[in-house]
Amino acid sequence: MHIAVCMKQVPDSAQIRVHPVTNTIMRQGVPTIINPYDLFALEEALRLRDKFGGEVTVLTMGPPMAEDSLRKALTFGADRAVLLTDRFFAGSDTLATSFALSAALEKIAAEFGETPIVFTGKQTIDGDTAQVGPGIAKRLGLNQLTYVSRIAEVDQAGQTITVERRAEGGVQLLQTRLPVLITMLEGTNEIRRGSLADAYRAASAKLVSWNAADAGIVDLAKCGLRGSPTIVKKVFAPQARAEAARMLAVEDGAEAVMTEIFVRQPALEAELMRFASGQ
Amino acid sequence: MSDTSRASTKKALPEHFKAYKHVWVAVELEHGVVHPVSFELLGEGRKLADKRGVDLAGVVMGGDEASVLAAAQECFEYGADLVYTVTDKVLADYRNETATKALTDLVNSYKPEILLLGATNLGRDLAGSVATTLRTGLTADSTGLEIDDEGSLAATRPTFGGSLLCTIMTLNFRPQMATVRPRVMAMPARQPGRVGRIVEHPLGLAEDEVVTKVLKFIADRASNKAQLAYADIVVAGGLGLRSAENFQLVKSLAEVLGAEYGGSRPLVQKGWITAERQIGQTGKTIRPKLYIAAGISGAIQHRVGVEGADLIVAINTDPNAQIFQFAHLGIVADAIEFLPRLTEAFRSYLSVNRLAG
Repeated sequence: MHIAVCMKQVPDSAQIRVHPVTNTIMRQGVPTIINPYDLFALEEALRLRDKFGGEVTVLTMGPPMAEDSLRKALTFGADRAVLLTDRFFAGSDTLATSFALSAALEKIAAEFGETPIVFTGKQTIDGDTAQVGPGIAKRLGLNQLTYVSRIAEVDQAGQTITVERRAEGGVQLLQTRLPVLITMLEGTNEIRRGSLADAYRAASAKLVSWNAADAGIVDLAKCGLRGSPTIVKKVFAPQARAEAARMLAVEDGAEAVMTEIFVRQPALEAELMRFASGQ
Repeated sequence: MSDTSRASTKKALPEHFKAYKHVWVAVELEHGVVHPVSFELLGEGRKLADKRGVDLAGVVMGGDEASVLAAAQECFEYGADLVYTVTDKVLADYRNETATKALTDLVNSYKPEILLLGATNLGRDLAGSVATTLRTGLTADSTGLEIDDEGSLAATRPTFGGSLLCTIMTLNFRPQMATVRPRVMAMPARQPGRVGRIVEHPLGLAEDEVVTKVLKFIADRASNKAQLAYADIVVAGGLGLRSAENFQLVKSLAEVLGAEYGGSRPLVQKGWITAERQIGQTGKTIRPKLYIAAGISGAIQHRVGVEGADLIVAINTDPNAQIFQFAHLGIVADAIEFLPRLTEAFRSYLSVNRLAG
C-alpha cells in the first residue's frame, strides 16, 4: 500500500519571540521542526506500511529549507520525500494550501502509485487551524476521518477502513471506503527512532522537488496570495492587562488569600458553602 | 497566515455575493443535546446581526424531530430570530459527509453573509469541508469577532501559539466563516419563552447513499474530565510542582473546592496529567469564576486559554513570572508549600461555616 503523509515545517513555538516594535515574528535563530502533530501521522503511516508492505511518501509545501524536515522524515523510515516549493505559493491561506497540496498528491499518485490513505496531523502548531486536512479531503473526494485515535482495521480486498474517531463526549467507531484522508490525533503513538540504515539513506537521498508547473498546476490564480479568500488585515501583540495583579505576601497567610478571593467573588462563597454542605 | 502583505487587498464584493445576508450559527446537536458553544455563538452572533441590521439564524441538523425542535426553541431563547432545521435519520450521528451536504445546501439556498461554528472536533471537521466546498474563507479559533466600517467580519485569532494576534477578513467571498472555541465567548442570558420562525429544509439523502457508517458510539465514562472547560472553579499546576507526586496538592485543593483540575502543557508532555486536562492554546480554554494557577509560569500559550476567567489567582516563586502580568491576585511563594496551606484554609473555613449553618 502506498501511503502519503502531508507534513509542515514549523518554527519551534516554544522559542518564538515577537519584535516589540514591529510586531513581527523574529525568525532568526529560531529552530524549525517537523510540526509535532504530523509525527503521529507519519508513525501511523509507517506502521501500516510495515504491516501491509508498500511505501510511505512524505510531502511538504514550503521554502527550500523545508528540505530539512523531509530529510528528517526519511531518517524515521519514510521511503520518499516530495518538496513542493514555488514563489507562487507565498501567502497561501488554508484554502490555497489545500489546493496546492491536492495537486501535488494527485501528481504523487500518478507518478508513484495510487494512495488509498493520505495522512495529515491534527493541526499545525503555528497556524493551529486544522483546516488543511479537511480541505484536501474535499478537493480530492477522499472520505474524511479527522481526530482518529486508532486504526482498527484496513480491509484492502474490500477497500474499507475502520477507525476510532475522537468525537464530542465519546469515541465514534467509523467504517468507510478507501480512499480516505486521516488526520491523526496526538498521543496515539510514538515516532520511531529510525534505523542506522535509514539515517544513511536519508543523508544521501535525492528529494523530489516540484514547483507549481511540475505538480501539474495550471491555474496559478488559485495559488498563494491570489488564491486565498482570506486576508490578514492586522497583526498585533496581545495587550497587557490594564490593572496590575494585587500581590499578597506569603506572610499574609493563606487565609488572606481566601478572604481576598471571597471579597472579589462574593457569590462564590455562598456556592462553596452549599457545596460543603453537600447540597 | 502570517503574511501581512495580504493586507493590501481591497474590498470589491462580486455582484452575485451581494444577496448574501444574515448571520448564521451552525448549532451542534448531538445525542439530543446542544453543545453550549452554540449558545455562546448565538450570543456573539446577536451582536453582529444587530450591528449589520440583519437576522440571526440558528442551523439545527438532527435525526429526529423532537430533539431538533427542542434545540430550535433553545436557539430562540438564546437570541435567534429564525432557525433553519434539517431533520433526517441520516443526521442522527454526526458524519462529515451528511452534515457537509446539509449545511452546504442550506448556505447555497438561503445565502448567509456570516457563518459561525464552534471550534470543537465536530465544528472543525465540518467547517473545513464546508468552506472548501464553497471556496470561501474560514478563520479558525477566533477570539474576537467585529464588524468593520465597511460591514465586513473582522475575526481576530491568536497565531504562533498566541505570541501574536491577527485580524483576518474574507472581503470578496461569502459567507464569511469563522470558528470559535468553547468558552472564548460569554454565555448570553437565556430568555425563556422567546419565540421565532422555523424554516424546514429537506436533505434528500438516503442512508445507502452515505459511504461512512457509524458502527458504534462509545460515550466517555461519566467522569468529569470533559467538564473542565465549563467548571466554575479550576485549580491547575505547572512545572513549579517539580514532581508528579506533588500534583496531588492541586487535586486536594480542587477536591475541597469542588473544582476541576488541570495543568499546563509541559505536564502533559511529562505524563503527569492526561491531554484532556491540558489548559491553554493547544488544550482547553476555560472561563471559570475562579482560576488558581500553582507553579505555572504563564507562557502566552497558557494565557490565551485562561484569560476569560473572572478571577485569576497565581502562585509562583518567581516575582517576574509572566503569569503575574495577567493574574488578578498574586502570591510569590513555592506552590508546594503554599497549596496545602490554602487547601487547609478553605477546608477549615468551609467546615466551620457548614456546621454553623
